[in-house]
Amino acid sequence: MDKTTVLFDTHKAMGGRLVPFGGWSMPLHYGSQLEEHHLVRRDAGMFDVSHMTTVDLSGDRVREFLRHLLANDVARLKEPGKALYSCMLNEDGGVIDDLITYFVGEGWFRMVVNAGTTEKDLAWIDRQAQAYGVTVNARSDLAMIAIQGPAAREKAIPLLPADLRDAAAALKPFFAARVDDWFVARTGYTGEDGFEVMLPESQAVDFWKSLSEAGVGPCGLGARDTLRLEAGMNLYGSDMDESVSPLESGLGWTVAWEPADRTFMGRPAIESHRGDPANRRFVGLLLTGRGVLRDHLRVFLDGEDVGEITSGGFSPTLGRSIGLARVRGDVTDRCSVEIRGKQVEARVVKPPFVRNGEAKVEL
Amino acid sequence: MSDLPTELKFAKSHEWVRNEGDGTVTVGISDHAQGLLGDLVFVELPEVGDSLDAGSECAVVESVKAASDVYSPVAGEVTAVNVELADAPETINQDAFGDGWMFKLKLTDAGDLDKLLDANAYAEVMQSEDH
Repeated sequence: MDKTTVLFDTHKAMGGRLVPFGGWSMPLHYGSQLEEHHLVRRDAGMFDVSHMTTVDLSGDRVREFLRHLLANDVARLKEPGKALYSCMLNEDGGVIDDLITYFVGEGWFRMVVNAGTTEKDLAWIDRQAQAYGVTVNARSDLAMIAIQGPAAREKAIPLLPADLRDAAAALKPFFAARVDDWFVARTGYTGEDGFEVMLPESQAVDFWKSLSEAGVGPCGLGARDTLRLEAGMNLYGSDMDESVSPLESGLGWTVAWEPADRTFMGRPAIESHRGDPANRRFVGLLLTGRGVLRDHLRVFLDGEDVGEITSGGFSPTLGRSIGLARVRGDVTDRCSVEIRGKQVEARVVKPPFVRNGEAKVEL
Repeated sequence: MSDLPTELKFAKSHEWVRNEGDGTVTVGISDHAQGLLGDLVFVELPEVGDSLDAGSECAVVESVKAASDVYSPVAGEVTAVNVELADAPETINQDAFGDGWMFKLKLTDAGDLDKLLDANAYAEVMQSEDH
C-alpha cells in the first residue's frame, strides 16, 4: 500500500489522477499536464510535495558536520535563512542524493531530501552524525506545498500567517523565513519564481484550498517533470545516482573545492578524476528531427554509440522535444539519437532550455 | 462508458475500427486510450501503400508521459493517413472517435471484423482494467 500525503483526499476531490511514485500515491495531473505546465510558466500553479522529507539537524557541531557530509560547503551559509543546493556523496564519489540545506539559526540546519531516497539518506546521515553529536529529526509532521509561477508570490503572500507575510515578501531568491512551524523559502524546481512552503500537516488542506480560491491551479508530478526538465534541473535517479560522479552529471558547479583542506565525504574519489578529459559531458539536447526523446535512448556520433539520454521528454514551452544526456567528451555540436531503430538529428545545447517563461535556446 | 459509439468495433489494445461499407475501414485509438496516455505531442503513422497484418505494430502515439504502440486491428493495405495529426496530435485528445482518426485500410479479409469487440464488450474491457 502506497503512502498518502495529508492532501490525498483533496487531490481526489479536485480530479487528480493518482499514481504510485516512489512509494507514495501522488497526483500525476488534474486533467491536462500541458495546461498545468503552461499555468506555471504564465501565472501560478501549486504542487503537493509533502512526499519529500524535511530533516532538521541540530547540535553545537552541526555546521562542522555538514561541511563533512556535503560536497557543497555550508560555510557559504552565513545569513540565517540562506539556502544551498548540494550533492551528498558516498565514499566512492557516487551521488546518494541531491538536496537543499537551509541555515535556520545557530546550531540548526534544515534539509529537504527526495522521497524515494529518504530511508537510505536518513540511515546514512544518522551514521555520520553520531561522531559529531548531531541530532537528526525527520519532520513527518510537516506538509510541503510549492507555489510556482510569475504570479505565485503575490497570490501566496496574503494567505500566509499574518506574522510571516512581510518577511516572505522581502525574501531574496534562495532565502527562507520562518515563524514557528511555518517555513517559507523562495526556491523551487520549475525555473520560475515562487515559494516552497513547509507547514503543519493540520493546516495544509486549508492552505491548499485558500490558494485554489486565489486562482493558483493544482499541478501534478507530470508538469513538475516537464517544468524541471525545461529548467535544466537534474532529477535524482534519472540524471544521477550512486553509480555516477557529480562531475559527469552536470553538477560540478555544486562541488566546493576550496578550501582545499576541507575533507568532505567522497572528495578523494571525485578529485582523482577532476578535469580528466576522459570524463563524459553532461549536455542538453534539442531534437531537430521528428519524435520525442525518452530516458535511456542511445546517442550516436558518426554512427558510434557515444552515450545516453538521462532525461527526455517534450517541452511544452518550446513545442519541441528536449533532453539531458551523458555523452562522450567529443559530442559538442550535433549528434543523433536512435528512436525506434531510426537515427534522428539533435543539437547539443547548454541548459536551461527555459527560464522565467522565456526560451533560452535557439530553435 | 455509455457514450461509446455503437457503430464502432474495438480491439482489446484500444484501437477502434469503423466499417465504411465499401471494403475499407477507418482506424483510430479509443477515447479511453487517449485519456490514459494524456496530452499527445507526437504521432507516427504508417505510409499509404503499407500492407499491415492484423495485430501488427503500425503506428506510435507519444504523450508527454510515454510512447505507446498502435496495432492494426485488421489486415489490409493503407489507403490514407490523417496527415493533420502531424501538426495537431492533440486532435486525438479532443476527438478520438472523429477528427482524431489515424488511418484507413482496404480490408484483406472482411471476416477480421467479426473477431473484434462491440461497444459493450469493449466497455467491459475498460472496466476490468479500472479494477
